[in-house]
Amino acid sequence: MIEARGVSVSIGRKRIIEGVDLRAQPGRITAIVGPNGSGKSTLLKALSGDLAHEGKISMHGRDIRTVKPHEAASMRAVLPQSTTLSFPFTVREVVRLGLLGGWSGVPAREAGRLPERALVRVDLDGFAGRFYQELSGGEQQRVQLARVLCQVWMPVLDGRPRYLFLDEPISSLDIRHQLAIMDVALDFARRGGGVLAVLHDLNLTAMYADSVYVMQRGRLAAAGAPAEVITDSLIARVFECPLRVGVVPRGVPFILPQTAGG
Amino acid sequence: MSSDATAMAPLTTVEPDGDRSGRARFAIVALCVLLVLAIALGVSSGASDASALAVLRDWLAPGDGVLSERDRIIVHDIRMPRTVLGVLVGAALAVSGAVMQGLFRNPLADPTIVGVSAGASLGAVSMIVLGATLLAPASAVLGIFALPVSAFCGGLAVTLILYRVATRQGQTSIATMLLAGIAIGAMAIAMTGLLIFIADDRQLRDLTFWSLGSLAGATWTKVFAAAWIILPALGAAPFLARGLNGLALGEAAAGHMGIPVQRLKHVAIVAVAAATGAAVAVSGGIAFVGILVPHLLRLLIGPDNRYLLPCAALLGASTLLCADAVARTVAVPAELPIGIITAAAGGPFFLWVLLRRRGVIDL
Repeated sequence: MIEARGVSVSIGRKRIIEGVDLRAQPGRITAIVGPNGSGKSTLLKALSGDLAHEGKISMHGRDIRTVKPHEAASMRAVLPQSTTLSFPFTVREVVRLGLLGGWSGVPAREAGRLPERALVRVDLDGFAGRFYQELSGGEQQRVQLARVLCQVWMPVLDGRPRYLFLDEPISSLDIRHQLAIMDVALDFARRGGGVLAVLHDLNLTAMYADSVYVMQRGRLAAAGAPAEVITDSLIARVFECPLRVGVVPRGVPFILPQTAGG
Repeated sequence: MSSDATAMAPLTTVEPDGDRSGRARFAIVALCVLLVLAIALGVSSGASDASALAVLRDWLAPGDGVLSERDRIIVHDIRMPRTVLGVLVGAALAVSGAVMQGLFRNPLADPTIVGVSAGASLGAVSMIVLGATLLAPASAVLGIFALPVSAFCGGLAVTLILYRVATRQGQTSIATMLLAGIAIGAMAIAMTGLLIFIADDRQLRDLTFWSLGSLAGATWTKVFAAAWIILPALGAAPFLARGLNGLALGEAAAGHMGIPVQRLKHVAIVAVAAATGAAVAVSGGIAFVGILVPHLLRLLIGPDNRYLLPCAALLGASTLLCADAVARTVAVPAELPIGIITAAAGGPFFLWVLLRRRGVIDL
């Protein structure tokens, strides 16, 4: 389990997030949502160990300050919002970088074929020989997801669940690939891994997430199951936008932007 | 990326599955053969007509009169140290360039462009001019290593300053790095100028000889002094390759994949400064090898440092030996400075590469 207790992050003299508690459990998709600039990505960076923090963040019960980079890399993989490369890598070469640490969890002789399998998972079959720089933003994002999947290919390693940290994994994708990528995350969670994702799309959050953390101005505004959290009053308060939340028969809330202002 | 990017013809032929490791392994073998040929060229070209074959036969059966005593001295005491020095310096320059480009995630990074060579020159010139006075204790302790070690210190100082100035929150700014490199290089050149201004006649002769950028005057002592610094730096390169590959995705992503980023940066900076410093100390400033060779190789085998670094060492060595062969035969009996050859041939070639690859190498 990934657990944050009273986590605060300052950059320079500016407090970016303040006193956040969060738990990401194996077998579940945990979503972090909130308006632009509310501290979602900063929270994910603190959980990834990129930013110095106050409070406590633990991974499998260990304080992440004491976890070495190579140990952390065997427990979780991180997908950044976007990645630019200065050198002409082919798609296969980029995906293969995910195997660099050797924690995919499959035997070495099978690991060589993982890049192709990962590319199939993100619907980029046949793209292996293309140059990364020649792809669209959404395609590049899916290549990076394939790389991240290679790093933690088996969701459980030596009996311990592993995690995917995804920073806006679907914000540059078309609707078909948004669903496809969320299905990849869901599959990872169903097979025993944990997923922690910063998301913008509240409808997909409601559809896929098991628990939702709502950030507002660096603090936690609400946390819980989607049906408890995504409500008229919370949306109006946090996003400062009067929207009506509907509910489809299975109990999943949805939001239509057409309801704003009316 | 422009929308017509996918419609463009492939800029290089790449295996359909995007795996260039087979091609890279073949390149290593081919470049080994090229280096052997270049060494043969280095040993056999010059005013005396002792051929590589004759040298080889003399080795296998010494004393059967294939080589005259005069030719043997020319080969053993002039051409061979010069050839070995060319291999060391060429490999050092090309590998330094490749490592620096990986470290800064920038295909423009090169010791000569960002001022590291200027810093190394300042270190070397300080030792030549002040070696008998201000730096006399250091000169006495270091002996034959005085020049390469002082050049190493100069190069290291510039690299450290550059990294501190250009890197903020784990991101290295391309523009800041180039501008800072130019500024630091200008300061180093100014201080070098000041030292030349106060140098006496004998020191000036040493300086002129040294700064021409040449492998002329190679002796086994020089080779020995340079090898002690260059070989460990080159030896570190294979251990950097995996980390530099991860670093291509950025410092944060490299850390997430388990790479000890800080240690990688420290080792890479010291290795680049050592290799560049020693190369500058024994050969003056030789331009363009560090940027040309890695670029050409990335076109051929891709940017995977596990193959790029050994290939750069091999091709850098071969390139310098060929340039040196041209330098000493094109204006016989005089010698052109080798820096003129590498810059005159490298400049146009580099422009051509840039024009051809603008689409993929999007700075």
